[in-house]
Amino acid sequence: MSTQMRDPGLLARDAEGLFWMARYLERVENMARLIDVTQSFESPGFEADAWWGLIKINADEARFKERGFSADAAHIKRFYLLDRGNPTSVPASLEEARTNARTLRPLISTEMWRQINVFHRFVSRIGPEDLEGDALSRLCTKLKDGVQAHTGITEGTLYRDQGWYFYELGRLVERADQTTRMLDIKYTGLLPRGGREEKRMAELTQWNAVLRAAAVYHAFKRRARATFSPEDVVQFLLRDSSSPRSVLLCVRRIELHLDDLRRYYGLAAAGPLEQVEMLREFLLEKSLSHILATGLHEYLDLVQIQLQNLAGAIGCAFFRDWRPEPMAPQAQAQTMA
Amino acid sequence: MSEIFNSLWPEYDPGRFFCELTAKRPDAGPVPQMLAERLGRIGLADLRARADAAQNDLIDLGITFTVYSDATAIDRILPFDCIPRVLTAPEWDLLERACKQRVAALNAFLGDIYTKGRVVKDGVIPGELVYKNSNYRPEMQDFPVPYGTYAHICGIDIIRDETGDFRVLEDNARTPSGVSYVIENRHLMLRAFPDLMAGIKLRPVDDYGRRLRAAMAEVAPARGGDDPQVVLLSPGIYNSAYFEHVFLAREMGVPLVVGADLVVEDDRVFMRTTAGLKPVHTIYRRLNDDFLDPLVFRPDSMLGVPGLIGAWRAGNVAIANAVGTGVADDKAVYAYMPRIIKYYLGEEPLIKNVDTHICREAQGLKYTLENLDKLVTKPVGESGGYGITIGPRASKEELEASRAAILADPGNWISQPMIGLSVGPTLAEEGIGPRHLDLRPFIVTGKESWVLPGGLSRVAMKRGSLIVNSSQGGGSKDTWVLAENFAAEGGAA
Repeated sequence: MSTQMRDPGLLARDAEGLFWMARYLERVENMARLIDVTQSFESPGFEADAWWGLIKINADEARFKERGFSADAAHIKRFYLLDRGNPTSVPASLEEARTNARTLRPLISTEMWRQINVFHRFVSRIGPEDLEGDALSRLCTKLKDGVQAHTGITEGTLYRDQGWYFYELGRLVERADQTTRMLDIKYTGLLPRGGREEKRMAELTQWNAVLRAAAVYHAFKRRARATFSPEDVVQFLLRDSSSPRSVLLCVRRIELHLDDLRRYYGLAAAGPLEQVEMLREFLLEKSLSHILATGLHEYLDLVQIQLQNLAGAIGCAFFRDWRPEPMAPQAQAQTMA
Repeated sequence: MSEIFNSLWPEYDPGRFFCELTAKRPDAGPVPQMLAERLGRIGLADLRARADAAQNDLIDLGITFTVYSDATAIDRILPFDCIPRVLTAPEWDLLERACKQRVAALNAFLGDIYTKGRVVKDGVIPGELVYKNSNYRPEMQDFPVPYGTYAHICGIDIIRDETGDFRVLEDNARTPSGVSYVIENRHLMLRAFPDLMAGIKLRPVDDYGRRLRAAMAEVAPARGGDDPQVVLLSPGIYNSAYFEHVFLAREMGVPLVVGADLVVEDDRVFMRTTAGLKPVHTIYRRLNDDFLDPLVFRPDSMLGVPGLIGAWRAGNVAIANAVGTGVADDKAVYAYMPRIIKYYLGEEPLIKNVDTHICREAQGLKYTLENLDKLVTKPVGESGGYGITIGPRASKEELEASRAAILADPGNWISQPMIGLSVGPTLAEEGIGPRHLDLRPFIVTGKESWVLPGGLSRVAMKRGSLIVNSSQGGGSKDTWVLAENFAAEGGAA
C-alpha cells in the first residue's frame, strides 16, 4: 500500500463495550430460544415444572425469590420478559446492550445504532398480553429476528479492525455458555412420566426441542444415524465442528480471534490464549459415555466455569489490567500493513 | 415574492417583524419565490406528514438531547422545522467577516488579560470585571498558547431586528454546542425534502469535521509530529449533549474519551488502549473548566483527569478551548465588546451589539430602573435563557422582583431594549405561521479562523415566544447560505 493510513488503536473501554454489547444481544436471542423450547416442554398439568427448569438452568433461583414472584408459569415468563429489575431478563439485557451501543456510537455504524435503538423501543413495549397463548411464540420469533437483524447489519457494516474481534469474542463466549445451558435443560428435574417406551418417546421429543432451540435440528438429522441416541445429540451440541452453536466451534473461533489480535495488532494475549487452550483440551479429552456416566450437569458446570475464567482473562489482558509494556508503534504499524 | 407567498398563505402575517422569507431582498434572487412555490406544491398535509416522518427518523437515529427533571431523564429530539431559513450571499459575507472580527478580538482580549492586562490598565474595561470574574482563571496567567488562540471553537448568537439589521446578542467562547444540528438538519432536508432544494446552489456544511480536526492538529505540541493524536473529551453518555460529542468525534475521526480513559504520567497525557498507553496531543474538551483537573479545580470532579493542567502547562498537550475563556463571553464583558474590538483591531464592529445598558455604571443603572417595563434585564453570569425578565411582558410583581434584584447587586445586571427578533415561516399548529429566530454561526480557529457557512438557526416554536433555547422548548431550521450572489448579477438568474 502506498498511502499511509494511521492505526487509530482502540480504547480499552470501547473494547470492553463491544465485548459486552455482543454478549447481551446474544443473550437476548438465546433467552428467546430457551423460552420457545420451554413452551414445547410444557406437558399439560406440569407447566410450572417446565418453566421452573428455565430458572434452574439460568441459576436464577435466589434472584427469582428475591423479586417476590411465585413459581408458576405466568410469573416465570414475566420474570424473563417483562421484569426490568431482573438483570437476566430480556428487557434488562437489551437495556445494557443499548447503553453499551450508546457508549460505542463513535465506533459502530449508524445502521447498527438505529436498529438497536428501534429494537430497544420494541422490547420496552412488550406487555403482559404478549406473553399469553400463541402471542408468546410470535414474541420469541420477533426477539430472534431483532438480534439476527443486528447480527446481519453488523456483518455488513462494522469495520473489521480490532474492535470487531472484541465484538466477536463477546458473542462467542456468550453463545458457548448458552449452548451449555440448553444442554443442561435435561437436568431440570423434569422426568418424563409414564412407562418405559413413553419415557423414551418423551425424551426424544425433548432432545428434538433442544436441537430446534439450537437451530441445528435439520443439520443433526442429516448427520445422525437413523437410530440416534441422546449421546449423539450431546456430542453434536458440544463438539460438532460445523454447528454455529456448538461449544467447540465457538471455542475454536475464540482461539483464532485471540491469535489474530496477538499477531496482527500486537496485543498481549497470552493469558486468555492459555485459558482457551485449556478449555479446548477439556472439551475433547473425555469420551461422551464417560461424561454422561459421571454426570452431564456437573460436566457442563465445569465448562461454564472455564468460560467465565476465559472472559475474566480477556478482561484482564485487554480491558483493565492493561499496564503498558514498552510500546513499539513502528513495529505495530508494520504488522498492520 | 411576498405576493406569491401571500396568495398561498393569506393568513401569514409577520406583523412589524422582519421576515426571513417574505421581506424584500433583491440579493436573494428567485430563491424565496421558488421556495414558496415549492412549499405550495407540496401542500400543508404533505409537509406535515414528511415533517413527522423526519422527526421519527431523528428518534430512530437517537439524535437527541437529554432533559433531566427530578429523577427522570428523557431523550428528546430538538424539534425540527422543515421550512429553511435563507441567507443571501452578501448577508453571509457580512456575517462571516463579522464573526472572524469578533473572534479575533476575543482572542486578543484573552491573550492580553492573561499576560500584560493592557486593556485594564488603559481603562477600556474595569479590572474588577476581568479579575473578579468567576470565569477568570489565575492558572492561565502568563501561559502563552499557540497562535494566541484561546477560543478555538466559538458560537456567536446573532439576531436580526425589525429593520433587518444583524446584531450580536451573545458570544459563546467556552464549549458552544449545536453544530451537530447544523449538519444533521441539512442531511435531514436532503432526505425528506429533496424537491424543496433541487437546483438551488447552497454553500455546503459537511466540511466542519475536517476543519475542526485540522485546527486541533495545528495547535498540537510539536511532539505530536505531523499526525498528532486528537481526542474529544466528553463527560460521557449521561451528558445532555452526548449525541453532539459522538457526532464530532465521528466527523473528526478521533476517539471519544472520558476522563477515566486518560492518564497523566511525567506531565504527558496518554489514553488507555487495548495495547497499553497511547500518547495524546490535543484534547477537544466538552467539559467545563471546573471539571477538567481535580488537582487544580474541583477536587470532587470524577469526570476530569488528574494532572491534566500540569501536562498542559508543561507544553505537552493542547486543550481546546483553552481554560479560562469564559471571562470573554460573560454578559458583563459583552457590553464592552464594541470598545474591545476597537481597542485591539482599530475597527468598528462589523455587526453591532444589541444596545446594552451596564447597570454597574451609574448612567446605565438609572436608565434601566427608569425603563424596566420596556427593557429586557439579564443577570451577567447565567446562560441558557435563565434569570431573564422581559419588561414589556412581565407582571408588576415580576418587575418589582427584578428591580430589587438589580438594586441588590447592580454589577450583576445588564439591560437591553426589547428587540423584535426576525421571524421565519414555520410549520405550526395553525398552518404556516411566523416564529422568531436567531442564528448561531460556528467559528473554528487554529492558525486562522474559518466559519461554517450558515450556522444553527434556532426557532421559538411557541407563538409569540422570543426564547429560542432548546432547554426551553426551542427548535431549529436548516440554514441555507446561497452560493450565488444575485445582487452582483443584477437580479434573477
